[in-house]
Amino acid sequence: MTAPILALDTTDQGVPRLPLGEWVDVAVDWVTTTFRGLFAAIKSIFEGAYDGLDTVLSGPPFWFIAVALALIALFAKGWKLAVGTLVGLVVIAGVDQWGNAMDSLALVILASVVALVIAIPLGIWAARNDRVSRAVRPVLDFMQTMPAFVYLIPTVVIFRVGVVPGIVATVIFAMAPGVRFTELGLRQVDREVVEAGHAFGSSDGRILRQIQLPLAMPTIMAGVNQVIMLALSMVVISGMAGAPGLGGDVVQALQRVNVSLGFEAGLAVVILAMFLDRVTSAFGTRSKTARAVAAATKA
Amino acid sequence: MTGLRVEGVYKVFGRRPNEAVKRLRDGSSREDVRPWGTAAVIDADLEIRSGETFVVMGLSGSGKSTLIRMLNGLLKPTAGRVVLGDDDLSAVSAAQLRSIRQRKVSMVFQHFALLPHRTVRDNAAYPLALQGVDKAERRRKADEALEMVGLGQWGDSLPHELSGGMRQRVGLARALAADTDILLMDEAFSALDPLIRREMQDQLLELQQSLGKTIVFITHDLNEAMYLGDRIAVMRDGRVVQVGTSEQILSAPADDYVAQFVADVDRTRVLTASSVMRRPAAVAFAGGGPRLALRTMRDAQVAAAYVVDRARVLRGIVRDADAVDATRAGKDTLHGLIDDSLTSVSVDTPLAEVFAPAAESPLPVPVTDDKGRLVGVIPRAILLEAMVPPETSTPAQGTPVAESATPLLDGGPAAPLSVPGLPEEPAPAAPDAHAADASTAAPTAGRTDNPTEVRA
Repeated sequence: MTAPILALDTTDQGVPRLPLGEWVDVAVDWVTTTFRGLFAAIKSIFEGAYDGLDTVLSGPPFWFIAVALALIALFAKGWKLAVGTLVGLVVIAGVDQWGNAMDSLALVILASVVALVIAIPLGIWAARNDRVSRAVRPVLDFMQTMPAFVYLIPTVVIFRVGVVPGIVATVIFAMAPGVRFTELGLRQVDREVVEAGHAFGSSDGRILRQIQLPLAMPTIMAGVNQVIMLALSMVVISGMAGAPGLGGDVVQALQRVNVSLGFEAGLAVVILAMFLDRVTSAFGTRSKTARAVAAATKA
Repeated sequence: MTGLRVEGVYKVFGRRPNEAVKRLRDGSSREDVRPWGTAAVIDADLEIRSGETFVVMGLSGSGKSTLIRMLNGLLKPTAGRVVLGDDDLSAVSAAQLRSIRQRKVSMVFQHFALLPHRTVRDNAAYPLALQGVDKAERRRKADEALEMVGLGQWGDSLPHELSGGMRQRVGLARALAADTDILLMDEAFSALDPLIRREMQDQLLELQQSLGKTIVFITHDLNEAMYLGDRIAVMRDGRVVQVGTSEQILSAPADDYVAQFVADVDRTRVLTASSVMRRPAAVAFAGGGPRLALRTMRDAQVAAAYVVDRARVLRGIVRDADAVDATRAGKDTLHGLIDDSLTSVSVDTPLAEVFAPAAESPLPVPVTDDKGRLVGVIPRAILLEAMVPPETSTPAQGTPVAESATPLLDGGPAAPLSVPGLPEEPAPAAPDAHAADASTAAPTAGRTDNPTEVRA
């Protein structure tokens, strides 16, 4: 055994201990103190938005919201999905998870909207600029593969326990497919059609609005669907950070080994997930543009 | 109307395009400059006249698609200038370039490039929307353009509901709706199957006749190039190797590459009647008598003569037997002897359309100009010979047809005929190569000063 020359620890493998974790710790501390004002603003904005949305969803009686969601399903896809939605929501209410489900739905919607507001412009930028695309890709890989719990730690440090760290962690975790699908969709648009836009004297902005975005919309909507699904999967994890909703009950059930509570809360998550998935994917494929594009690529 | 000028244009893709251009100018080859970039277009000089259909022909990789994209600024030349009307495309601002594209030059694409989410009418109206035309006017003009290409009923359909040929008609209607002087067509018919393609070519020619646009048409198909183009530029490995009319390229290819290329062409569609026709052996004047007609036939050693009137308009043919009968009967006009059932072709008729009349006709097919005047004839042997590319063609002598094998002015327009009985143009008499055939026992003495001699 050779003693380390410097006063460095070594790992069991004899490699000098890299103090990566400490650095991140220092960085988070620095960020927390430096951007205190910014974080406070973010926190109050998110809290306000969440409270508002939650009031809209939890305020009205159960049947009103259930019928409203069923109507959305009817509009998006058809009567079968509407009936399924109604039945599912009644089940959620039947296992006494309605309040939690609405809290979670508010969180998912808010986090998804924020994630998309960041992801779609970023995806557009990446599609138009190869350098941005190359820079963004590893960051997205990192964001998506880092275990989701890990985001909770710094966000709790920064925002304290409550709903906000849950939203922020969800936004970071769920954003990646939004960027990727947007970039992919735009890059897949038939080059010749874009060229036709240029050839007839269209500006870049008009080409983006009138040609690229409409033609990429089915792919972008698939990304939106993925973002929402990932956001929902974070609901349980957010519960650990003290966010209200179904996650809290699941965590509680885990701690107390309460099978029945775990199952009921878990089932509510599944029902919400199915509703959100079917509705968003239907919006992606049922629009007139989407059908025209699909038919055009099939032909 | 607006013309297009391409002056010393280079386009190199890659890391160091300017270095590549410098080396190309110093005489390096396309392969030599590979480390600095891919030279797509090398030193192209073209003058595209207003109102002509100019075809750029070349195989894939010859640089033709790159060239056409520089004509509307979709690609910027690495060196050289593209001048559209009065505008140097490399010197204008982005906004000016957009305005030029909106108002002066439109484009038809190989794979149609329609907006799949918009109706056929909205597609046709797309350039108008960019021009800032108001909605009602847009609709009117778009429908008008769709009407022109025969899709008036399809305005409300979506592109995917149409067949390939119809979709390209929408592409064409879109370009026509823009109402620009210049129309760029990038392999516009290449994705269509042959029958539809032919139909579209005919339609384009028809439209061009009434519209008179300046069309730059890109194709890899020589037949298409020759069918459509007033002039053709042949490109190879980024260079323009020859510019000329289709007949010039067919009859005088600039190099082996072009010669090899044109060897495969369907010559009968390119060459027209005027380029192969010969001087008719025997022409009789309708006002002259049967005796004169008979003498003409005898001198030319043929069994029938073409009959023209005072204005040299073709009236038909007269056969020797009929003329002999009429002479015996003492008649002194050709009245009643003229057989006008013979089909004639016009000078612009492609040879492909001469085969049927040639097969039916006992005599060489007469060729007439737009006023119906006889300007030449096409013997069957000449027709067959014209199908063979120049390198392997056999000389014209020894053809089995007794009529003249003496070519007119090298495929050029026929010289005016002199006709017996008509006062003008005493034809210079010349000894005839076929005069040796004495089997008809025609007296050859005095031929040289015979006023009825029609051959030069």
